[in-house]
Amino acid sequence: MSNKFIGKSVKRIEDKRFITGKGRYTDDIVLPGMTYAYILRSPYAHARIRSIDYSAAEAMQGVVTIMTGEEVGHYGVPCGWQVNFKNGDIMKEPPHPLLVKDKVRHVGDAVAMVVAETRELAQDAAEAIIIDYEVLPAVTDASKAVLPGAPLVHDDVPNNICFDWEIGNPKAEVDEAMASAHHITSLDFVNQRLSPNAMEPRSYIGQYDNVYDKYTLYTSTQNPHLIRLLMCAFVLGLPEHKVRVVGPDVGGGFGSKIYHYTEEALVTLASKKIGRPVKWTETRSEAFQTDAHGRDHVTHAEMGFDAQGNIVGLRIKTFANLGAYLSTFGTAVPTYLHGTLLQGLYTTPKIHLDMTCVFTHTTAVDAYRGAGRPEATFLLERLVDLAALEMGVDPAELRLKNFIPAFDGVTQPGYQTNVALQYDSGNYHSVLERGLEMLGYENFRKEQAEAAKTNKILGVGFSTYIEACGIAPSAVVGSLGARAGLYEVGQVRVQPTGKISVFTGAHSHGQGHETTFAQVVADRLGIPMEDVDIIHGDSDTVAFGMGTYGSRSLAVGGSAIVKSLDKIIEKGAKIAAHKLECSADDIEFKDGKFTVKGTDKSLSFGDIALTAYVPHVYPANLEPGLDFSSFYDPTNFTYPFGCHIAVVEIDKETGFTRVKRFIAVDDVGNVINPMIVDGQIHGGLAQGIGQALFEGVEFDENGQITNGSYMDYTMPRADDLPMFELDRQVTPCPHNPLGVKGAGEAGCIGSTPAVVNAVIDALWSAGHKVKDVRMPMTPERVWKAMQPA
Amino acid sequence: MIPSSVDYTRASSVGEAIRLLAENPDAKLLAGGHSLIPAMKLRLNSPALLIDIARIAELRFIEDTENAIVIGAASTHADIITNQYLKGLTAMIEAGELIGDTQVRNMGTLGGSIAHADPSADWPAVLLALEAQIKVQGADGERIIPAAEFFTGFFSTALDSGEIVTEIHLPKAAVGSASAYRKFMQPASRFAIVGCAASVTVEGGVISAANVAFTGVSDAAFLDEGVASALIGKSATLENIEAAASAAAEGDMHINEDHFASQAYRKHLAKVYAKRALAGACGL
Repeated sequence: MSNKFIGKSVKRIEDKRFITGKGRYTDDIVLPGMTYAYILRSPYAHARIRSIDYSAAEAMQGVVTIMTGEEVGHYGVPCGWQVNFKNGDIMKEPPHPLLVKDKVRHVGDAVAMVVAETRELAQDAAEAIIIDYEVLPAVTDASKAVLPGAPLVHDDVPNNICFDWEIGNPKAEVDEAMASAHHITSLDFVNQRLSPNAMEPRSYIGQYDNVYDKYTLYTSTQNPHLIRLLMCAFVLGLPEHKVRVVGPDVGGGFGSKIYHYTEEALVTLASKKIGRPVKWTETRSEAFQTDAHGRDHVTHAEMGFDAQGNIVGLRIKTFANLGAYLSTFGTAVPTYLHGTLLQGLYTTPKIHLDMTCVFTHTTAVDAYRGAGRPEATFLLERLVDLAALEMGVDPAELRLKNFIPAFDGVTQPGYQTNVALQYDSGNYHSVLERGLEMLGYENFRKEQAEAAKTNKILGVGFSTYIEACGIAPSAVVGSLGARAGLYEVGQVRVQPTGKISVFTGAHSHGQGHETTFAQVVADRLGIPMEDVDIIHGDSDTVAFGMGTYGSRSLAVGGSAIVKSLDKIIEKGAKIAAHKLECSADDIEFKDGKFTVKGTDKSLSFGDIALTAYVPHVYPANLEPGLDFSSFYDPTNFTYPFGCHIAVVEIDKETGFTRVKRFIAVDDVGNVINPMIVDGQIHGGLAQGIGQALFEGVEFDENGQITNGSYMDYTMPRADDLPMFELDRQVTPCPHNPLGVKGAGEAGCIGSTPAVVNAVIDALWSAGHKVKDVRMPMTPERVWKAMQPA
Repeated sequence: MIPSSVDYTRASSVGEAIRLLAENPDAKLLAGGHSLIPAMKLRLNSPALLIDIARIAELRFIEDTENAIVIGAASTHADIITNQYLKGLTAMIEAGELIGDTQVRNMGTLGGSIAHADPSADWPAVLLALEAQIKVQGADGERIIPAAEFFTGFFSTALDSGEIVTEIHLPKAAVGSASAYRKFMQPASRFAIVGCAASVTVEGGVISAANVAFTGVSDAAFLDEGVASALIGKSATLENIEAAASAAAEGDMHINEDHFASQAYRKHLAKVYAKRALAGACGL
């Protein structure tokens, strides 16, 4: 039997429990004596609290305790990334208290927490708390919040500006390049705010054990160790070794479960206070109000071209909305995860981004699948497609003309961008050429010309993207303001019988790590996959970890595991050499056997494992056991890239837009499990198409979310989407041992502008030469674009 | 998403349900629950008692009588779209198939939907276009309310408090008559932004009778007399239909508005969907 698993579409091990409803999520955990918390939240976006009357609630039977801003308001959750103003001043970092005392700053801001014997009682009691609010004017749009006279979110943050920031070439050089341009395409647009909508709402249980003086926090998180570190060191001041954080099965995150939320600290404090476990699980309404949102940029961008169609410059002014408080990585997303991607796939010689990051009376904004990179891709790809329409050139040709030439990063150096990053390896022309081939481009343009005469018009939109994944080299991010390292930990414990327990600091919340990682381990060791167990999510079991986000798990977490596997094989060779009476240099490990080179003398992996733990015949000066833990800190980001092509059909009578075809040619480096990668791409495409056509958090003038339920917030559904047409190119990552680049976000990063570009292309084909249709491109917005001005 | 504490009881007969309703002024009838339960979870509605009438056997039937197809009020959407007697009333099938998803169609009931009278629900428009008669029963006995008098406003009907919808009578399709339902869906809820039911009788190529009813457009479903009257005596051609449909949703009426559709756009969609429903009914 072959034990080669890398590159095979092995069915997912974890799916048995998920599909049969046996996953164990935080809300499934019931502890003896457990109580239930309900958080009373502000119904207003901005209001001063004049008074709070808890008396009726406190008197209700079944209420265990009520926690207030007076009691815990001095604790607050931190921001994990410091970004400085252009002038060097440190960003404004107002406190984000666990419960507010004086002033609420967004709808859903937490005012009090009621702990009761049941969830229902807790909510009933919360409804009996009487709060006298003085309602104040609110501002939700970042570009308006900076204007004189706008209501202030934090009294000590002038103009609501958290910081301003720039990246790229000196502004004067960019202005000069733009002044020389033959054609400038300019575009004002909004990259709208999205709600992450993980299937599992956030859920936390705090448990304090007074016998061992130990805290346990069960949490629906993407990174249990990071939560422990933040909560212990920056929020509650608890001793880290006395705190266990468990992230059991987690039902989706998309970024929203990276952050340290106030409720995690609240249930921890409450469990100590009352000596009983405290569970809090949010409702879907709360998820819309309090799970960190994504995107929300208001942008003016210009791209300049010379007479031959070469890009000569890119100039951008963006206002990024951070919400009312800084979420854990909220400040990094519009800056280092966005500005650094504005080179795209193009040789643009001069680039300048002027970014203003702004507080508003809204839910905090942070990383959401792609995190800054979709915004950068959207900006570039919209401009390039629009420029092609305006200049009357083919959008595919315009891209091919401006692409960075292929480089492998091994025999050729990486590509140094004008926005700090150095790309690792790439071959950009070929993904677009393959996409055009799959599309049948020439035929399509003929079909489109025919359709333009009918009531069902057609359009095609391109998006050629690059992303920076596998985050990240700790020294690099540290120099940019990150308050954490971004390495990963992988421990491989060979049990005496040769079975393997792998402890990874990565955290699976839908990605299929239990399968992919097991494939890597089984393949490297030449053993069956059933002999490998992937363990994650418990800070008492896994030594350390930084978790899962930024398409990093395999590139960084997988690489840490490979480092440990290398150590195991190296030590195994020493044990084998001793038993086979040769030098370790003469041992070769292959297909699960340690063999003396050029002979048939060998010992199986299982023999060596047993010997390591029963070291009767054993090398002197070698420790028993076969168990290694490794930290892997990447030397660079990884740079997946690809080409997405959307074909849309628009009903001219109604503006209803249907995605007829969607082609995605992605290069995510080496692939361990093609089926899982396809699944990641599919999910990402659905979310990216969702942003283009369906999704978007809407606020009214008072700061209320007007579509905070699934009756009004449109999630993409299977029948909204075509069968995806996928293909893949492989340009291995040159700097990690698996050659992988990451596939979690690609679908979401590339797809949104492809759909918008396709709609604009369709509209131009029918003579409606509009620059933009605001996302989500609802039928009404598309219809309006076709009406006489 | 946690409702307030509520008592639940299951009525075994219409009589029992009416008695329970009379005895418990804070009670609500549960007839599928696909609108009521979400409202309760959001604590927008907190009845003291739920009287479940969805499992009353005498309310769940579909009968072919001499003049009408009679549908028991507790018949589910799925019962309706799979029923052989209703095949000739195409608008019923087309509307039922567009309601919610499989789970909703298996639980939600016709009576529950029309008694709730959501201004964007599908059935009210169809019952109007098909000239349904709605039988209701209360402590004082039974009465029949024509669909045209049943839907009186925003979530309001001609039902008196204490009355229960028991049957929906749909006149059988006359020779030369056909119906259709077309819906422009709100993409999240999949209720109607504009739903249009059309019923047309064509004699010798000429339209002799027509009903066009809308849901989603105004605060209640309504028959659009302007479109219908413009069709009478005209030959059943696309041109004539389009001309008549251009009169849709005109006149002095409230037009709904939300972040999916402004008033102007909704009005425009009403004309497009009147055309499409009429074309469907005319087999064009």
